[in-house]
Amino acid sequence: MKDPFEHFDKAFENKIRLQIMSVLVVNAYYEFNTLKELLNVTDGNLASHLKALEKEEYIEVVKGFNGRKPNTKYYASKAGRAAFVKHLNTLEKLINTQKN
Amino acid sequence: MAKDSAFENDLASIRNIMERSTKFISLSGLSGVLAGIFALAGSVVAYFLIYYPNSPFGFRFYYVNEQLILSYLFLTAGIVLACSLAAGVVLTIRKAKRSGLNYWDKNARRLFINMSLPLVAGGIFIIVLVSRGYFGIVAPASLLFYGLALLNASNFTLTDVRYLGICEIVLGLLCAILPGYGLIFWATGFGVLHIVYGTLMHSKYDK
Repeated sequence: MKDPFEHFDKAFENKIRLQIMSVLVVNAYYEFNTLKELLNVTDGNLASHLKALEKEEYIEVVKGFNGRKPNTKYYASKAGRAAFVKHLNTLEKLINTQKN
Repeated sequence: MAKDSAFENDLASIRNIMERSTKFISLSGLSGVLAGIFALAGSVVAYFLIYYPNSPFGFRFYYVNEQLILSYLFLTAGIVLACSLAAGVVLTIRKAKRSGLNYWDKNARRLFINMSLPLVAGGIFIIVLVSRGYFGIVAPASLLFYGLALLNASNFTLTDVRYLGICEIVLGLLCAILPGYGLIFWATGFGVLHIVYGTLMHSKYDK
């Protein structure tokens, strides 16, 4: 039997990373602070998960300033979108096979 | 089995976060009901100013053009608008705070801008035409522009707003076809529809 987990993306194993990606695929971009508010996580926690996604090249990071305050924008990359869709399809398949 | 529900939890959380990150979902249903009640009260006042003692369903053979009555009508409309906006803002902030959400986030601002643009354009359009003496434009144009504003806003908030917008547009067009019944259409669109919509939304989301 084919391993149903072969397309299971390790990067999305963590719930916060999965949520970050969900936000970025349906929005043009999201800023660090609004993302933090939305997901209700701490600065350090969010930053480490964003770093992990950046390392996979699933997200693109544009650093900027809003006056003097740092204002970083995050975009879903093409690879990130593809990986997310693949992950969703795998989830769907897993749920379907377990229901039947 | 435990794994199964974990996957479904993942999907549910994806869905929820996508919705919350793109839409402002704290709109209060109750404020719709209040806006409807204010609009109906305003319509009753307008009825006494324009039609009394005739039936509001009867066709008018005279025009509303006395300066005094006109200024009373505008005053009434202004009060209705101010009360409805105040109720909407207060109740929506209360609802957002209760569910622990930010009431002035990115999506609230997008909703505000996308709703305001057609409304302000419509408002200016109506004022310009009224100043030229086209009083008949007020009821159909306010319904139409409000419907278009809602249709536009529905992309940034609860999708149900879309249906309210379509109903207002249909009413506005009917109102344009049947001149002389402006007040009835206006009371239906801003009064009755708001109450119906607000009640539905309150039972669907405000629990």
